[in-house]
Amino acid sequence: MTDPYLSVQARGTTAALARVLDQHFDDVLADWLAAQANVGRGGASGAAELRRQGSEFMSLLRTAVASGASSADAPAFGPLRGFLDGMSRGRAQQGYSPSETATFVFALKGPVFARLSTDSSDTETLAGDVWGATQLLDSLGLYTTEVYQRGREEVIHRQQQDMLELSTPVVMLWDGVLALPMIGTLDSARTQVVMETLLQRIVETGADIAILDITGVPTVDTLTAQHLLKTVTAARLMGAECIISGIRPQIAQTIVHLGVDLGNVTTKASLADAFRLALQRTGRAVVRVGAASAGGGSAGALTSPGGQAPLPPARG
Amino acid sequence: MERIPILGMGKLLLVTIQVDMHDRLAMTLQDDLTSRISATRARGVLLDISSLEIVDSFIGRMISNIAAMARVLDAETVVVGMQPAVAITLVELGLSLPGVRTALNVERGMALLAALTGHADRDEEIADGTAIALSEGGDDRPAG
Amino acid sequence: MTVLRDETMPVRTAADVVLVRQAVRAWAVAQGLGLVDQTKIVTAASELARNTLDYGGGGTVRLEALQEGTRRGLRLTFEDRGPGIPDVALALTDGYTTGNGMGLGLSGSKRLVNEFDLWSEVGKGTRVTVTRWK
Repeated sequence: MTDPYLSVQARGTTAALARVLDQHFDDVLADWLAAQANVGRGGASGAAELRRQGSEFMSLLRTAVASGASSADAPAFGPLRGFLDGMSRGRAQQGYSPSETATFVFALKGPVFARLSTDSSDTETLAGDVWGATQLLDSLGLYTTEVYQRGREEVIHRQQQDMLELSTPVVMLWDGVLALPMIGTLDSARTQVVMETLLQRIVETGADIAILDITGVPTVDTLTAQHLLKTVTAARLMGAECIISGIRPQIAQTIVHLGVDLGNVTTKASLADAFRLALQRTGRAVVRVGAASAGGGSAGALTSPGGQAPLPPARG
Repeated sequence: MERIPILGMGKLLLVTIQVDMHDRLAMTLQDDLTSRISATRARGVLLDISSLEIVDSFIGRMISNIAAMARVLDAETVVVGMQPAVAITLVELGLSLPGVRTALNVERGMALLAALTGHADRDEEIADGTAIALSEGGDDRPAG
Repeated sequence: MTVLRDETMPVRTAADVVLVRQAVRAWAVAQGLGLVDQTKIVTAASELARNTLDYGGGGTVRLEALQEGTRRGLRLTFEDRGPGIPDVALALTDGYTTGNGMGLGLSGSKRLVNEFDLWSEVGKGTRVTVTRWK
């Protein structure tokens, strides 16, 4: 004795669905729109847009089903999937929930089944027809949910990218001296962004020295050190020297305990010390401007060789 | 056969690499350069790679070799104009080109070479008993 | 995942290596890769093409433009019927070369791409497949 459930499944076709869409297009559309009235987003324009979308969806569905295809991933359903892509993304942006978007498709079942049962001659055929239509519409409804998911994932990804870029500002401290305050863990993705940003700024500003300040980096293990060294090497290839600053006492201990080798990069505890060193290396000194009587019209506190002979610069 | 041109400017040799080099061209360049350094007793070589969009390990080795050969002939080499994307890729590739000096552009490169080779010339002047030049800011690198 | 485009090029002369670089660059641009990603895949291609030529006795490279969902990528397969690599693990040893390394450039290339696959058998040949995604 055959299993009635299996035989229904086996006989599920979409031929009847094709017939219904063909013969009762306008009625089904009207009923369907009515069923979605409470899901709408706004007034007359909302209703008009819904009508347009509904009409297009049903036309595409009718064409696809008429071709004999019964599965949502068949090529004949390409245009329909494309339409659902666009509609789902649009709704996601407008703030619809994924269920609301899926309801767009599921709400079609009621009007369709009503017509199927009036048209059909016997219950067995009806069961097969309903099952065929159900399978198809369910998979189309789920498709809209997947598109929604992917859309959200793209937003998250884009925001992650933005966060990466925003959290690596490059600041020009003085002519030819850049500072890069690094916040958070230095993983390989971050390192790529840091390198690209830094090198771009070196080209733009012609900087000789870049200070990498790691005050905001919680731990420095062997991997982090490698990333730092990569950045230093890349800058060096562009003709700029790096100084690493912001080394907290605990970091200094970790570096020694792990045997991390920072090569011959100069390191300083504070950004201020690093800045002073950078000025020295670029041939500058900071001079304390005297009282009103002395010095006279001498310009600012920063002089370069060739100008007035400066006081000896502070060591270290 | 095509060769990469080498320009002479005083005691400097300037090489601009603009083509996508294949291996034979790279070898010819190394030969030509060492001959020219020898012949002109050049003190500095400026290697302009600002047009190079790709530097793989072969080209990287070529650059290192040029710098090493030049040094043996008592000439300093400065590589200028590396593109950011190239620098990032080289670093990822694992090539840091140690022993190769770099500068951002030709102007900086020439200034660096002048500083590097100027001291050597000064030492010769002192030995001749001529005037001592004022020292500049920045590092004092020993000659040779 | 779909392959949008697919082409095989010879790697038998030094001139071929230059052509391969140019082709990989063009395909990378077409797939929308950023400048740094382009540079990385072209450089990896240059390394691997040289290996195919110098150690593999010449071979081919297959370029495939890929699409997976919304992301696009470029896959390169270098193949030769050369002597093969006796110790693959050693060839892939990660290490920061000093630039004088006589290594096969495989570990370096691996760092330049997102996916890396190596097959080699002594006496049969070598096949390296690398993929860079946007």
